[in-house]
Amino acid sequence: MKIPVVKYLRRPTIEQNIYNFFATITGLTIFSFEFFKNVFIPPYDVGEIKRHMDELGVKTFPIVSITGIVIGLVMAMQLQPVMERFGASDFLPATLSLSIVRELGPVITALIFAGRVSSGIGAELGSMRVTEQIDAMEVSAVHPFKYLVVTRIFATTMILPILTIYVIFLSLFGGYIAVIIVDNMSPAYYVNSILSSMKFGDFIPAIAKTFVFGYIVGLVGCYKGFTTDGGTEGVGRSATTAVVIASLLILLFDTVLVKITLILWPTLDA
Amino acid sequence: MADTRRVEIKNLSKGFGDKVVLDGISLHVDIGENLVVFGRSGSGKSVLLKCLIGLIKADSGEIYINGKFIPDLTQNELNKVRKNIGFLFQSAALYDSMSVRENLEFPLKRLFDFSQTEIDEKVMQTLEHVSLTEAVDKAPSELSGGMRKRIGLARSIITEPELMLYDEPTTGLDPISSKEISALILELQKKLNMTSIVVTHDVTCAQIIADRAIFLGDGKVRFEGDMDSLSNSDHPFLRDFFSHNIINEQEN
Repeated sequence: MKIPVVKYLRRPTIEQNIYNFFATITGLTIFSFEFFKNVFIPPYDVGEIKRHMDELGVKTFPIVSITGIVIGLVMAMQLQPVMERFGASDFLPATLSLSIVRELGPVITALIFAGRVSSGIGAELGSMRVTEQIDAMEVSAVHPFKYLVVTRIFATTMILPILTIYVIFLSLFGGYIAVIIVDNMSPAYYVNSILSSMKFGDFIPAIAKTFVFGYIVGLVGCYKGFTTDGGTEGVGRSATTAVVIASLLILLFDTVLVKITLILWPTLDA
Repeated sequence: MADTRRVEIKNLSKGFGDKVVLDGISLHVDIGENLVVFGRSGSGKSVLLKCLIGLIKADSGEIYINGKFIPDLTQNELNKVRKNIGFLFQSAALYDSMSVRENLEFPLKRLFDFSQTEIDEKVMQTLEHVSLTEAVDKAPSELSGGMRKRIGLARSIITEPELMLYDEPTTGLDPISSKEISALILELQKKLNMTSIVVTHDVTCAQIIADRAIFLGDGKVRFEGDMDSLSNSDHPFLRDFFSHNIINEQEN
């Protein structure tokens, strides 16, 4: 696996920046190919995958829990006066749930996840690289890509959809808290409004795209960590750039995936 | 290649950008022999080891280990060769996220089909070799520099390799620990009948370990012979190198 080297200079030229941009895209593409080439080949390292799902996923629950409740609360508080202005207060639960399920829940969870996990993976693999731990694995005839990268990308791809569903439910709960503070809406009415406005087709593409976001988070973190150079400074840079690239790719792929969804299932547009 | 040769290198060259680090190096190591590679910092000693094990691709030249031409091997074939090679890194390169036990178990679990009982036995037996059985459940961060080197050594020899490569095994250690590690390397080499290549600039370490030594300078092999003839050589490179080492040793 030959990956183009991204060179960081203190004062990079435009040519160097352009080169780094394309080197990063090429590197990510090669990493992607390598992942799919290795993911189906035994050994499957189930223990490692479970460990990463716990380390990278389960330990993200506290921060996404707070985020989930706050999204619901704030969205409901913001929407409530606006809906009232247009005489559409009854549609508040439907509007709130559709925004959260279709867009805000998946994207905000993915961005929070990228902030915590991409940087974490980038820093961890980066320090392993600069302290020769990855080389040590390689010389002992262990395939470091399979052991370190495949397991992490698989774990992030699987855990993000679960986190997203959890955040969506918490956001809707947060939304309800905001609604009952200003309005005397019964829980039954709130839940029924959500269920009657929501189609299965709202939910499936939204959750499906989180698999892609989870994959991006793992891929970018592993790529930046695995290709770290430049000592401890390089480790810090890998952690930071991993978050930036992962967040940008999440937003880019979100736009593309939303458009694809609307082309494939135009009724969702209605 | 002769049957007695474990390693043979012919005209090996490697450069980084404009800088030529190895310039047509040739050497061989016989089975059971300890070869010490000397040289000043930046003389390409570690690059030589990394080319040998396939971590760095050489620009040109031939590398044979047990008669196998290393540059032509596929990844799987190279891994088969690597199963018989141990490598002790300068920093020991212990896996931070694993305990000492897990560090030692790692190659056994990944590369062999031992039962857990066999693995446990091997781990304890290898830790006995390096006199660190009490550290079995410690994390690498809880170990001193010397202990890390010993555990790194234990991890490298647990698979009973035919060839051991040591990259600056005594760097960063106090003189007493350096001597202990050097003696340990020699003892293990005799016990396990291994062939070794030791890259170092520590003369004391080399005097304990070396059957034969070479001196690298400006990317070339400047001297080859036993330790006595090396330290008594009139070559200006060597005189300078050894006089500085003797002064350092006296200071220590």
